[in-house]
Amino acid sequence: MKRFKKGLALVLAAVMTTAALAGCGSKPASDGGNTPNVSGGAEGKVLNIYVWNEEFKSRVTDHYPGYVKVDETNGKIGDVAVKWHITPNENNAYQNNLDETLLKQASAAVDDKIDIFLVEADYALKYVDTEYTMPVKDLGITDTELANQYKYTKDIVTDSKGVLKGLSWQGCPGVLIYNRAIAKDVFGTDDPAEVQKKVSDWAAFENTAEEVKAKGYKMVSGFDDTYRVFSNNVSSPWVVDGKIVIDDAIMDWVEQTKNFTDKGYNSKSTLWDDVWNKGFYPEGKVFCYFGPAWFIDFSMATQEDGSIAKNGGWAATEGPQGFFWGGTWICAASGTDNPTLVADIMRQLTTNETIMKEIVEKDNDFVNNKPAMEAMAKTDYKSNPLGGQNPLPIFAAGADKVDLSNLSAYDQGCNEEFQAAMKDYFNGNATLEAALANFKKNIVVKYPGLKAE
Amino acid sequence: MKDSRNTGQGKSKVVKYNKWGYIFLAPFVIVYVTFQVVPLFSTIYNSFFENFRSGLIQIGPNWVGLENYKKIFSTPELMQYTKNTLIMWIIGFVPQIIVSLMLGQWFSDVRLKLRCSGFFKTVIYLPNLIMASAFSMLFFALFSDVGPVNGMLMSMGVIDEPFRFFASVGATRGLVGLMNFLMWFGNTTILLMAGIMGIDVSLFEAAEVDGANSWKRFTRITLPLLKPILIYVIITSMIGGIQMFDVPQILTNGKGTPADSATTLIMYLNRHLFSKNYGMGGALSVFLFIITAILSLVIYAIMYRKRDKN
Repeated sequence: MKRFKKGLALVLAAVMTTAALAGCGSKPASDGGNTPNVSGGAEGKVLNIYVWNEEFKSRVTDHYPGYVKVDETNGKIGDVAVKWHITPNENNAYQNNLDETLLKQASAAVDDKIDIFLVEADYALKYVDTEYTMPVKDLGITDTELANQYKYTKDIVTDSKGVLKGLSWQGCPGVLIYNRAIAKDVFGTDDPAEVQKKVSDWAAFENTAEEVKAKGYKMVSGFDDTYRVFSNNVSSPWVVDGKIVIDDAIMDWVEQTKNFTDKGYNSKSTLWDDVWNKGFYPEGKVFCYFGPAWFIDFSMATQEDGSIAKNGGWAATEGPQGFFWGGTWICAASGTDNPTLVADIMRQLTTNETIMKEIVEKDNDFVNNKPAMEAMAKTDYKSNPLGGQNPLPIFAAGADKVDLSNLSAYDQGCNEEFQAAMKDYFNGNATLEAALANFKKNIVVKYPGLKAE
Repeated sequence: MKDSRNTGQGKSKVVKYNKWGYIFLAPFVIVYVTFQVVPLFSTIYNSFFENFRSGLIQIGPNWVGLENYKKIFSTPELMQYTKNTLIMWIIGFVPQIIVSLMLGQWFSDVRLKLRCSGFFKTVIYLPNLIMASAFSMLFFALFSDVGPVNGMLMSMGVIDEPFRFFASVGATRGLVGLMNFLMWFGNTTILLMAGIMGIDVSLFEAAEVDGANSWKRFTRITLPLLKPILIYVIITSMIGGIQMFDVPQILTNGKGTPADSATTLIMYLNRHLFSKNYGMGGALSVFLFIITAILSLVIYAIMYRKRDKN
């Protein structure tokens, strides 16, 4: 028994020491967290960037002066180490990870604090309307520096008090991108002006779909291709006063897509799936896709041998309605220990005209600089995937028209859940009523604060 | 403490050894309390609160009493997902128990003189070693609209255009069942084999002398004597079935498509965690806990009664 007591005492002592030591270990860290040097002075040695894919990393690697790549997730700018924290978007993993890290931002060690994180339009408000994002003004970037940026790109990341909290290097006005070979086969011409007449409004679009089908092609790849065109032309946001509102424009999409599916105008694919991707190759036999500039570079397999894009087989035209899709915004996290560097990255990528022109030429992106884009629209800039066409005039005209008054913080969940629920209706697994009921049921599970009638 | 020492020293050595029993038990009890009991009670406690995150803003925790339970039982989801879970479990379990019984019987029958039975016993167990997520990713790729299964069926002339497995309710549920079957029949076979080998051989011999054929021997001797093990297998599999998650989650990308027909109870629980909804999640977990507890009690009752009789 004595030995047991001794042992017990030892164990207890060990436990207590461990706990005490653990306390010691965490204390200096949280102390350090309370003294971020936001204004001037020595800045942090580690720049933590939270992103969901390689896009921003490749922009920084290729275009930010002084960035040196170390390996896939590490780089260096001067003597500051750059750490890329890449979490895929799938199943909301990126935001879950970001949320947890942001909520711990105040107590994190200086080198672990998020410095930059990226957001998309669909959920920008979720972050912008909180104190976790830093006003751009506080980084020392003035309104005059941002005068050339498209207004809509600033509207998205302006919080409810009118404070600008993020910047983007790209503009995302969407166009209709069609397959030249199919256009020649069906209409006898691949001239954008002629093709535009065939798709000038939704009625014409549907007639053309019939024509295209008669020749053995599909008008669009799947269910979700035209979704953004409709969902960007809504008359009300997804959520009004805490209640889900399904806009008429969205119901038009449902009606049209059901009609297209029943008549065989699409190959029943879902966005990003294998069948959908097949359309970027000649065997896919898909006439058109809807997308902005990043879509061409990012999705259409521009570097893959045998793809339509590599051989310059696409062309762009306005399509039935203007829209925008996606876009990536750079936000500075409150509490960053590298404010000067963060500000410089923002400045270089979103306001430096030389760098922005490089991005257009190298990556076929459409950048967020109105005068530069309007000037380039008049040059003989050639986009390779689009067979040498200069799409910038169409993009530039589109960017001016983008209207974002109907954005809400719940757009991402609503869009995803709605598309998923409607897929059952298109596939014939549910009636329209059942599919709508499924959507309403799942959206309140996702956002318990909302009501859906 | 003092009392126990007194009795320990005063009476016999047996009590003295008791304390070692407690010491050896301690690791289990500590782990069990930290990772089972505490979470269990905190789950029950959490289920009485409204507690979720809207964006980055935390709502609650506010005491709401039984509101979460009312919400869960008033919506049709719970019934629908329970039904889905049961259907998919049955699709997987029925072939599993039949095949396992058959294999168990064959493997344990010495007179069949099966060759390489050790090799086959290992092979049938192997699918269980693959991660369920990897297994479902594989099936997702195999059975996709442009996947190899469709390619094969088309080149063999069975179908003219790709069969869209994941757009069909039956095919999706069937695939989930098939995967669960493939993953678990090896495990069940080994359990049943152990049970069959535990049966007294003289019983079979006596039956044979009386002229019973192999089917009679199986139905009259093996099955009745295997009953306790069989019930154990059924109930543990049912508990596993209630917790079915990874296979349908990955196969349907978390959506339970088509039309929520492959959404299981745990997938529903997982959806509540999107908004860190600990209240509703807690209430659902308590519901699952009660069902599982009832099933476990059933096992206990059956096993206990059996032992009593013997």
